[in-house]
Amino acid sequence: MHEMSISIDTVNLVVESAQKQGFKKVTAVWLEIGALSCIEPETIEFCYEMAARETIAEHSTLHIESVAGQAYCFTCGKDVVLKQRGNACPTCDGFQLKVIKGDELRVKEIEVE
Amino acid sequence: MCGVCGCGDTKIEEHEHHSHVSLGEYHHAQEGSSRRVNEYESSLRVSGDVHHHHYPAATQVTIHHHYHHEVSATEHHAPHACHDHGHSHGVAHNHAEHSHVHPHHGHVAHELDAHEDFKATVDENNDLHYGSGEAGVHISGLTQHRLLKIETDILDKNNQIAKHNREHFKQDEQFVLNLVSSPGSGKTTLLTKTLNLIQAERACAVIEGDQQTSNDADRIRATGVPAVQVNTGKGCHLDAKMVHDACHQLQLSKGGLLFIENVGNLVCPASFDLGEKYKVAILSVTEGDDKPLKYPNMFAASQLMIINKIDLLPYVEFDVDICIANAKKVNPYIQVIVLSATTGEGMQSWLDWLKEN
Repeated sequence: MHEMSISIDTVNLVVESAQKQGFKKVTAVWLEIGALSCIEPETIEFCYEMAARETIAEHSTLHIESVAGQAYCFTCGKDVVLKQRGNACPTCDGFQLKVIKGDELRVKEIEVE
Repeated sequence: MCGVCGCGDTKIEEHEHHSHVSLGEYHHAQEGSSRRVNEYESSLRVSGDVHHHHYPAATQVTIHHHYHHEVSATEHHAPHACHDHGHSHGVAHNHAEHSHVHPHHGHVAHELDAHEDFKATVDENNDLHYGSGEAGVHISGLTQHRLLKIETDILDKNNQIAKHNREHFKQDEQFVLNLVSSPGSGKTTLLTKTLNLIQAERACAVIEGDQQTSNDADRIRATGVPAVQVNTGKGCHLDAKMVHDACHQLQLSKGGLLFIENVGNLVCPASFDLGEKYKVAILSVTEGDDKPLKYPNMFAASQLMIINKIDLLPYVEFDVDICIANAKKVNPYIQVIVLSATTGEGMQSWLDWLKEN
């Protein structure tokens, strides 16, 4: 289950960032997860809690911001909304699409004390 | 546990003496990453809450960002230099975790300037006024919540190591392919047949990823091609660090071909860059022609799709054209080769593709 390894990566990243600046506790974390990334936000929430145990990020609140998928349609020559991979362009029903947004997987910011 | 993704008890064959490899060694690849830069952007969070002050006063003066005591990046750009610098570099890197206890006299003023939020205002009597920043509260013995901008990809560490691998591969003129598929699609059979056909004219090597056993590496070695088995333990994918370590077990000849056979899994390996030139997705006709739609990320990330086991087409409901159309829906640029590794049908197109790329 790669959500677990990704949660552990997330915890390591926030703990490292907080400690590097001398903070003792992480109280909240903001993640940005694209709709087209292969990450299930609900699974991340579940795994994050376990991954954070016995670290300075234990009991921190996880905020997940979803980023909508966006693709460039070569047929229409414009950016279009892409709900999921494999979907057609909502304007022309074609598949000449290049994903330009929505595969993010980032820690945006953390709240520390 | 793997230091990169924490995915379990990775074991790499014949690799005991390299167990000291730490992330510190990849340090040069991380130089200038957005993470470090953005830490300067910390800002105060307005909070009326009263909290106990957990950090010592000294922290306010010595929080800093380690640019000045990191080993120069340029020292480590030589290929394989990380081996020579393994331990010492690791030590230098550890400063990051406890550096607040190190005096860095020459930098204190600079660091104070960089941290407006921690800076006291000095009035006409030379008195110091803390907490005149945004939040407006700084009471001795109390703390404030702070927001730190991180803006870092969660897979940043893996990506940095993958970048490092890519530099190695470029230096050694390796053409590297990451073979991905579900278990049982025929990756290893395709590989052994391919190696038998091409190893006389081109140096080859293989990294085999599986949760357990060295069966696949044994099959590859039986062809006479060097192979290293990486057992991921509980892990569901190979990551860049495993590939890095495995590469140092292999004698790679210049201009050679390196095949990385990933763990059989159509989900997780899509997210982990290993430093390869291309991902090649292998799909056997017994799996169904809608696989590219069911597991779109993998086919979106691949340059080539190989439809394998076409000798079984008469016995299964699998429409090759529909499968290709499905793959193009998630990746309009994907190339397709249809073959049977067992009968050899279509193998020539695959060998030609290897030559062209």
